[in-house]
Amino acid sequence: MHNQQATITYHPLSMSNEKLPIMQTQELSLFYGSKAAFCDVNFALAEKKVTALVGASGCGKSSFLSCLNRLTDMIPRTKVSGSIRLENIEILDSKIDTIALRRRVGMIFQKPNPFPLSIWKNIAFPLKEHGIKNRQKIDYIVEQTLQDVGLWSEVKDRLKDSALSLSGGQQQRLCIARALALQPQIILMDEPCSALDPISSGVIEDLIVRLRERYTLLVVTHNLAQASRIADYTALFWVVEGSGRLIEFGSTEQVFYAPNHELTAAYVSGKKG
Amino acid sequence: MTKDKILVWFIAILITSIFAWIVGDIIWHGAREVNWEFITTAPRNAGREGGIAPILVSTVLILFVCLAVSVPMGVGTAILLAEFTNQEGLFGRLVRRSLDILAGVPSIIFGLFGNAFFTKTLGLGFSILSGGLTLACMVLPILIRATEEGLRAVPNHYRLSAASLGISRTSTLLNILLPAALPGLLVGLVLGIGRAIAETAALIFTSGYVDRMPTSLWDSGRSLSIHIFDLSMNVSGGDGHAYGSALVLITLLLIINSLAVAITNNINKTKLKINN
Repeated sequence: MHNQQATITYHPLSMSNEKLPIMQTQELSLFYGSKAAFCDVNFALAEKKVTALVGASGCGKSSFLSCLNRLTDMIPRTKVSGSIRLENIEILDSKIDTIALRRRVGMIFQKPNPFPLSIWKNIAFPLKEHGIKNRQKIDYIVEQTLQDVGLWSEVKDRLKDSALSLSGGQQQRLCIARALALQPQIILMDEPCSALDPISSGVIEDLIVRLRERYTLLVVTHNLAQASRIADYTALFWVVEGSGRLIEFGSTEQVFYAPNHELTAAYVSGKKG
Repeated sequence: MTKDKILVWFIAILITSIFAWIVGDIIWHGAREVNWEFITTAPRNAGREGGIAPILVSTVLILFVCLAVSVPMGVGTAILLAEFTNQEGLFGRLVRRSLDILAGVPSIIFGLFGNAFFTKTLGLGFSILSGGLTLACMVLPILIRATEEGLRAVPNHYRLSAASLGISRTSTLLNILLPAALPGLLVGLVLGIGRAIAETAALIFTSGYVDRMPTSLWDSGRSLSIHIFDLSMNVSGGDGHAYGSALVLITLLLIINSLAVAITNNINKTKLKINN
């Protein structure tokens, strides 16, 4: 079979005695029209760990991410096949409540994208949408989450100001706070630092490491050094015969220092990508 | 200065001075006609004497009927086109093309259509209702396209981030997209009102000629534009009051325009905090 490369994957979770993965995909493929973005991905996400997705541009990493919260529903002419299980629920089931799913699986985008509302309202509006209407409770959550992302001391005197008046790095932290406010189990991050300056980028990186205690994180990154600093597990995507494949998946240490696949070896040593 | 620069300046000055001439002429002749009595009394002697009170009321009522029908329908259609139909799909293209053609149809055609459909088929007669509905048909294409453009100009990442936070499409629309598209909507509204308030041909056959104070929407009512047309074309010695009415009409348009600009600026400022 020509896709043999893709099926040789290493599931760190199946080799250890840790608990079951919180999220698991089987034979997951995504098509834009007739073109496959990625094919046959078998992947598992370990609870309360940071997993990094690396690989060259256009290998389907971001597309893969947007399947996991069904954001692909928003893009016309996409077709997803295979299986994604969140704990015991099949989320590709058409009957699934995507609103409830997206509350459990939050997402941070490459470009900071706060709403054109006040800082306070950026966090309060989604909370109200999910039925939290008590003003004191909202105020409490706003303060807590802003403290979690280290933004509280910077904005506590101007919560009524527009979120668009913040710097790029602050906006991205606000977006993370906004996602945290809904208390998701999993946070998907699509290159969260690539639109930021090095200092803001470092702040977000530290934040990711701190969030690992409470959340499961899946981070797409172009930056190998960043993956090696923040991730417990690393997965390499690569384009094989025109569509993205999961080439190798293991603990970050193993992927970087003892890769099983020659593509991985070439990529982590900088010979490819 | 080079030759083409002089040419460009010449054209610009020419156009501006024609506009200034028309407005100046209206102000020059109209200013001495317009006073409190002119605005608050009924016309006498076929409009040569008295004022324009019933005509102002009719104009406002016609405009009210027009907007009450066209704004909800226009915004609804724009939402359907921008948010719920595929931009390249057959349905979307068909509707959009039809609207563009409708926007270019001469107003006399709308007048004849309104006369046939609203006054006769629906039996509304020559009335403010018929006139308002006919104007609504005229204004709808402008309103829909402007609102649709406004919605399309809202960056897609707002929709994606709202969806990723589990916010329903309706709520995203009401809280994020429509407020962001409001400037576009207001532009459409101003253009629409401008077209409606200045309309003569479409109203002659639908809302009628009667210059009495209307007592209901089923009464015939004369709009400002028809009053101007009538005074200057059919009433000898009516020129003075025609100028006065034109001045009132232009002032109304200016007020509506600046109001819309002020509202748009205000929204942008509070939303984006440009001052901070």
